Amino acid sequence: MINFGFSISKPRTIDIDRNNLHKSNEIMHEMPELQTCIGCGTCTATCTAGNLTEFNFRKVHTLVRRGEYQGAYVEMNKCMLCGKCRLLCPRGINTRGVVMLIKRKLGDF
Amino acid sequence: MKHVIIIGGGIAGMQCACTLAEKGIATTIIEKDSDLGGKIRSWHVLFPTFTPADQVLSAVRHRLAKAESVTIKTGCEAVKITPKCVTLSTGEELTCDAVVIATGFTLFDARLKEEYGYGIYDNVVTSVDLEQMFNKGEVRLTSGLTPRRIAILHCVGSRDEKVCQRHCSKVCCVTGVKQAIELKKMFPAADVFNFYMDIRMFGPGYEEMYREAQLMHNVHFVRGRISEVSPTIDGRLQIKAEDTLTGRPLKMGIDMLVLLIGMRSNDMNPTLEAESGLKCQPSGFMQPKDSFLGNVESPIEGIFYAGAVTAPKNIGESINEGTAAALAAAEWINK
Amino acid sequence: MKRSSWTDYQKDIADDNYYYARSCIRQNFFPGSEKVFLDILSKDLGRNIFDDPLHTSCTGIGYHSDVVPLETIMTVVARQFALMSEAGYENFTSSCITSFGIYTELLNTWEEFPETEERTRENLYKATGREFKIPKNLSHTSDVIFHHREEIARKAVRKLVNVHTGEPLRVVEHIGCHYAKIFPKKGVGGSEFPYVLAGMVESWGGEIVDYPERRHCCGFGFRNYLVQANRGYSVANSHKKLESMAPFKPDFIVCNCPGCTMFLDKWQYTIAEMEGTTYGQNGQGIPVLSYEEMAGLVLGYDPWVLGMQMHQVDVEPLLDKLGVEYDPSAKYLGRNGKYIGRPERAIVNSCSEDTLYKIRR
Repeated sequence: MINFGFSISKPRTIDIDRNNLHKSNEIMHEMPELQTCIGCGTCTATCTAGNLTEFNFRKVHTLVRRGEYQGAYVEMNKCMLCGKCRLLCPRGINTRGVVMLIKRKLGDF
Repeated sequence: MKHVIIIGGGIAGMQCACTLAEKGIATTIIEKDSDLGGKIRSWHVLFPTFTPADQVLSAVRHRLAKAESVTIKTGCEAVKITPKCVTLSTGEELTCDAVVIATGFTLFDARLKEEYGYGIYDNVVTSVDLEQMFNKGEVRLTSGLTPRRIAILHCVGSRDEKVCQRHCSKVCCVTGVKQAIELKKMFPAADVFNFYMDIRMFGPGYEEMYREAQLMHNVHFVRGRISEVSPTIDGRLQIKAEDTLTGRPLKMGIDMLVLLIGMRSNDMNPTLEAESGLKCQPSGFMQPKDSFLGNVESPIEGIFYAGAVTAPKNIGESINEGTAAALAAAEWINK
Repeated sequence: MKRSSWTDYQKDIADDNYYYARSCIRQNFFPGSEKVFLDILSKDLGRNIFDDPLHTSCTGIGYHSDVVPLETIMTVVARQFALMSEAGYENFTSSCITSFGIYTELLNTWEEFPETEERTRENLYKATGREFKIPKNLSHTSDVIFHHREEIARKAVRKLVNVHTGEPLRVVEHIGCHYAKIFPKKGVGGSEFPYVLAGMVESWGGEIVDYPERRHCCGFGFRNYLVQANRGYSVANSHKKLESMAPFKPDFIVCNCPGCTMFLDKWQYTIAEMEGTTYGQNGQGIPVLSYEEMAGLVLGYDPWVLGMQMHQVDVEPLLDKLGVEYDPSAKYLGRNGKYIGRPERAIVNSCSEDTLYKIRR
C-alpha cells in the first residue's frame, strides 16, 4: 500500500439500502407517534442540553429513523429528562419516552 | 328563454349547467372530449374522505340528465368568445346571453423533468397513472411483482422555475398523502416514503389525514426533493435526495416512483387572451375580475369563470365555483 | 433504455472546415488522441481541419483555480477567435471540455452583457493589435465525431463487439460536467441523458451501460485536486462512480473530457494502490478510452499509434476482446522505434510483466 499523503473520503450519504433498519423499525413499532414528527424544532429550541451542548434531539431521532445509529446512545445521554420538550411538542410526542427507548434499543451503538 | 354557453364540460361546467337549469336558463356545454366529466373521470377516490370520484361525478351527471334545456356539444372547442357569441372550432357561431368559461387546467407533462426518467425508466409513474391503476384495482411493477418500497415525490412541475411553473398546485400534497395511505392499505409490508419541500394541508380534514398517514400507516416523510433517478443493476431505481432535517444526502433503492404532477394553466388560455381580450395571470391561469369580490367574473362583463381555469382547485371548490358562476351569470342576465 | 428526450437537444454541428483548439491535458496525457482526431477528420473523412500552432491554452485550469481573472481569460479566448478569423475559419472546435465550457459561457456572457464583449475587444486590440469574429459554430471535438459517426461506421473495420462471444461490448460513458451541465442545450442529448458518446457507441455496435452514478462528477474540480491535502475528496468522486459501475461489468469507459479521462484512468491506479480495490474483470482495472481512441480502434488504427500505451490501466484485455491485432512487444516503442520508457509495475497494470511479453527496449 502506498501513502500518497491523503486518504479517500468516506461518503456521508445516508444509504438506506446499506443501513440495517431493524432497530429503527422496532422503535417505530413501539412508538408509532415518533413518525408524526414534523420537524418543527420546538424540542431543540427549548432543550436544556441543546442550548449548552451539540445535542439536537430532533436530528438524532431523525437519523435513528433512517438507520443511522452511530453515536445516538451517547447523544441521548446528554438529555437531562427535564421534560420541557414533551410539554411543547405540537404533535404530542412523548419525547422523554423516545429518549429512553432509543437508549434502551441502541445501547450497543 | 335566456341562453348561457358553458365552455368546458368538467365538473365545474356540469355543476354550472345544473344550477342555471334550475334557474330556468337554457345552456349549451361545449366539450372538446367525446364525453363530459373532465379529469375527474380518471380519478379513483377523493381526498380526504376516500369518496369514490365516480360517486361524485355520477351525482352531478344524474342532476344534469334531469335538467331541462341543456344542449351538449362534444368534440369541439371554442376559438373566440364574446358575451353574446361563441365561435367554435367547427366554424359554427352560437349566440347567447352570457358565457361561463370552465376549461380547467392542463396536467404537467412529467417528461419535462428529465431527471426523474418518466417515459424512460420502468416503474416511474405519475399520480394520474396511479389513480388509473387504483381504478383497475391492480398496482403492479412492470415485472408483475408487487412493490416493496415506493417513493412519492411532491411538487413535480410545481414551484419550479426550471419548468416555468412558479405556482403551487395546491392539491398534490394531499393527493400524495392520500395515495400513500392507499398504497399502504394495498401493500402493508411495503415502505412508502414521501419526499416533500413543504407539506401544505390546506383543507378541512387534510392535516388529520396527514397525521393518520404517519401514525397509523407508518408512511415516512422526508423533507427534501429528489434530485435524480437512475436504474440499478437489479432492475430497481435509485433515488437521491437530501434529508434536510438531518442535513445529509440520502439515497435508496426503490421499486416504484410516483410523481405528483402539478396543475398547469390550460394550454388554451393564451388563445383566450389573444382572441377574446381576456387576461392571463403571470402563472398562466386566467385572471378573475377580483380575488375577493369577483372570483367567478372575468374583466369582461357577461363572461364568467368557474373552476381550475383561474387557479388550481380541488373538486369541492370547482363544484362551488360552478354554482357561484351560474348565480353570477343569472344575476347579470336578469339585470 | 427508452430514450425519448435526446432528440429535443439537437445542436448544430459544422460539417467541414474546422479551426482546431487543442487541450492542455489531452495533448499531454493522451497525445495520440489529438493526432488521430486530425487524421480521422482529414484522411478518413476528407474534411478540412486546421491545427494552428499559434493558439495557446485557454487558461481554463488557471481560471477555475482562481489564479486567472475573468477579464484575462476573456482576452485569451478572444485571441483564439482572432486566430481563427485570421486563418479564414468560422467553425471553432475545441478538444477540451473545460475550454468548451468556457467558450460557451463567454459567448453567452458577451451576448447577455454586450459591454463585456466591447471591453474584451478593447483589451485584445491593446494587447495584440488583433480583432476577432464570433465563431459561426462552436463544437466540442466529440460533437464533430458524433456528427460523422455514421460515416465512420460505414468505414469501420470492426464493431464494438466481443469477437469471442459476439456480444456487444458494454460501455460506460462519462461526458464531463462542463459539457452540458452549464448549458444543456449546447450538448448533444442534454445533461440528463447525454447522447454524444452514447450515439457513437450505439452506431458502432456497442451497448451503453446506464448506471446509478452516471451523471456524477469525476472529482476533477480544479482547485480541489490541485492541493494534495484535498485529493481525498477529489478521488472519492471517481471512487463512487467506479463502485457504482463495477457491478455492471463494463468492458471499458469512454470519456468526453480530457480531465475525466485522466482521472478515471489514473485514480484507478491510486485506489488500487491505496486500498487494493480494482474494478475491472479478473482483478484488473477498467480500460479508459478517449472517444478519439474509440473511433481510431473502430477504424482500424494501431493501438500504439493511438497512444494507448500512455494509459495507466492496460488496454490489452480490451484489444483482445475487440480482436485488434497488435504487437505486444512494441508497446513502449515510440516514433522510429525509439524506446519511450515504461511504467512501474502496478495492480491495475495487468500486462507489464516482462515474462508475458518480451518488451523491446
